[in-house]
Amino acid sequence: MISSVLAQVPVAPISAPAVDYAAVMPLLVVLGGACVSVLLEAFLPRHQRWPAQVALSVLVIAVAGVSLGIYAGDAPAAGVTTLSDALAIDVPTLFLWGTLLLLGLGSLLLIADRSVEPGGAFIASAEERAAVGATVGSAGTSEPGDEPEHVDRSYGAPGDAPTMQTEVFPFALFALGGMMGFVAANDLLTMFVALEVLSLPLYLMCGLARRRRLLSQEAAVKYFLLGAFASAFFLYGLALLYGYAGSVRLTDIANAAAGSLKSDALLFGGLALLIVGLMFKGSVGPFHTWTPDVYQGAPTPVTAFMAACTKVAAFGAILRVLHVAFGSTHWEWRGIMWAVAIASMFIGAILGLTQTDVKRMVAYSSIAHAGFLLLGAMAITREGVSGTLFYLLAYGFTTLAVFGVISLVRDSDGEATHLSQWAGLAKRSPILAGVMTFLLLALAGIPLTSGFTAKFAVFSAALQDGMAPLVVIALVASAVTAFFYLRVVVLMYFSETPADGPTVTVPGAFTTVAITLGVILTLLLGIVPTLALNWAGAGVLAG
Amino acid sequence: MTPTYYLLLSALLFSIGAVGVLVRRNAIVVFMCIELMLNAVNLSLVTFARINGSLDGQVMAFFVMVVAAAEVVVGLAIIMSIFRTRRSSSVDDANLLKY
Repeated sequence: MISSVLAQVPVAPISAPAVDYAAVMPLLVVLGGACVSVLLEAFLPRHQRWPAQVALSVLVIAVAGVSLGIYAGDAPAAGVTTLSDALAIDVPTLFLWGTLLLLGLGSLLLIADRSVEPGGAFIASAEERAAVGATVGSAGTSEPGDEPEHVDRSYGAPGDAPTMQTEVFPFALFALGGMMGFVAANDLLTMFVALEVLSLPLYLMCGLARRRRLLSQEAAVKYFLLGAFASAFFLYGLALLYGYAGSVRLTDIANAAAGSLKSDALLFGGLALLIVGLMFKGSVGPFHTWTPDVYQGAPTPVTAFMAACTKVAAFGAILRVLHVAFGSTHWEWRGIMWAVAIASMFIGAILGLTQTDVKRMVAYSSIAHAGFLLLGAMAITREGVSGTLFYLLAYGFTTLAVFGVISLVRDSDGEATHLSQWAGLAKRSPILAGVMTFLLLALAGIPLTSGFTAKFAVFSAALQDGMAPLVVIALVASAVTAFFYLRVVVLMYFSETPADGPTVTVPGAFTTVAITLGVILTLLLGIVPTLALNWAGAGVLAG
Repeated sequence: MTPTYYLLLSALLFSIGAVGVLVRRNAIVVFMCIELMLNAVNLSLVTFARINGSLDGQVMAFFVMVVAAAEVVVGLAIIMSIFRTRRSSSVDDANLLKY
């Protein structure tokens, strides 16, 4: 069979595709830095790894940011495609890359912090815990909080300050590189490979928590099994679209959709499967089931990374697929997407009301936000693209800072995430309660915060593209979500402090920088959003 | 044999894999079902390559194999680590995170 296929294809000399190195430099720097980071992990002695890895990660992101800035200064407004059209580097890509790099920097600072959790929040191996695990297994009912303090023999004597598991840095850099490739991917195969490059490190990062290991490992297993399941759907969608269009390049799919004799079942079946895989990553609506569990179980800095950066990457890809490949057929699929957006907003808003854990509550809020984002992604207009991009930027920084704050409220066995433990927190730490209130108001979309500007941009784009009923539904849902944010605010300010309540850790420099970055950008994007909005609207998706 | 039969076979294998993921209780078996889904996709890709008369689909199948291999490494590592602490690889036992 292969020989007969080969016989059909005229044999032409294969020439290497041209590479626009200036355009892809940020991506190359991040992936190259990740490889160097692996080498550091292999060759440096253990006590030197943490400073070296932190310095390398920050340096990599800075260099990538500078090369991005230099290229964006005189980038063509229409964008370029390079590597034989595998990557499209246009204004939305550059905007998302900038967003990802900044959010990645903030998350890396949270990950690198060793002052909040002595020795950092990460530990890798379960070997030393086998004895403890055996008792847990036989008793079967043990709570994860009951575990004795972990003594890691290979990382120094119990009395010493424990060192941190530094494998998390190469993971984070690879995940960041995968996300950058994901938002730039101009064909579905590149998108699939980038999807796996971003997902596989994230699965592992979820299972690295030093405390509450059972929760953390359970989160990793759930995320992995469901994530692999979703990427199988993505892949089957890819195969069907390849069958339909004879190519997996997004523009070729758009051209084939404009005039092809083949059955539309392949096209729309392919789109449905593909978009299920993408919406899983973006934790949209009915495909959200992993989100609360994984957000709760993963170490909080990793949750911050996932919540902020994965959302940006997934919606960047959804935007590109819907606009470039399926923009011309949007009347056919928009009805279904309406249903998905409504489901997502209401699942997030209503189930969020019933949560008693702060991290789970933010997870449901992220599901509701995914529904709002979908409104912008469905509007096949320039405003739809720029509104969604701005929303991602605003939401990412707010969420990053929220998880930074959550990691500071602690009691004797780690983070105190139960809502009842947050009662009366304002009396104990007015600054932390004030910052959290501001961030929650931003998530709710109150004016003078970035959340308001972002919602306004997305909703007005949806309105202009004829989705008025959906915008009304979104406004109702966002009013419902405001209720559970305000519930936390009321709890912090107007409740009695429990006697054995948690303490608020004084953050180290890294966490302070990360939270400050998030808060300042949330404020600036609310007051002077013009600069970011203009950049987001400066160009269209290249194809 | 028309190539359509291979597409039907691939759809069937994919469905068997998907149902397996939903009904099986052992994490390893769930994972094998996911691998079955990926390989069903490979069969589709190769069949479509034959129908379309281009080699792209066959090359894509290689990409899928490499990615699936990487996924096996990560997946088994995670399942191993939870097995060591819990002495069980049943997905029903991992039930601390809910509601």
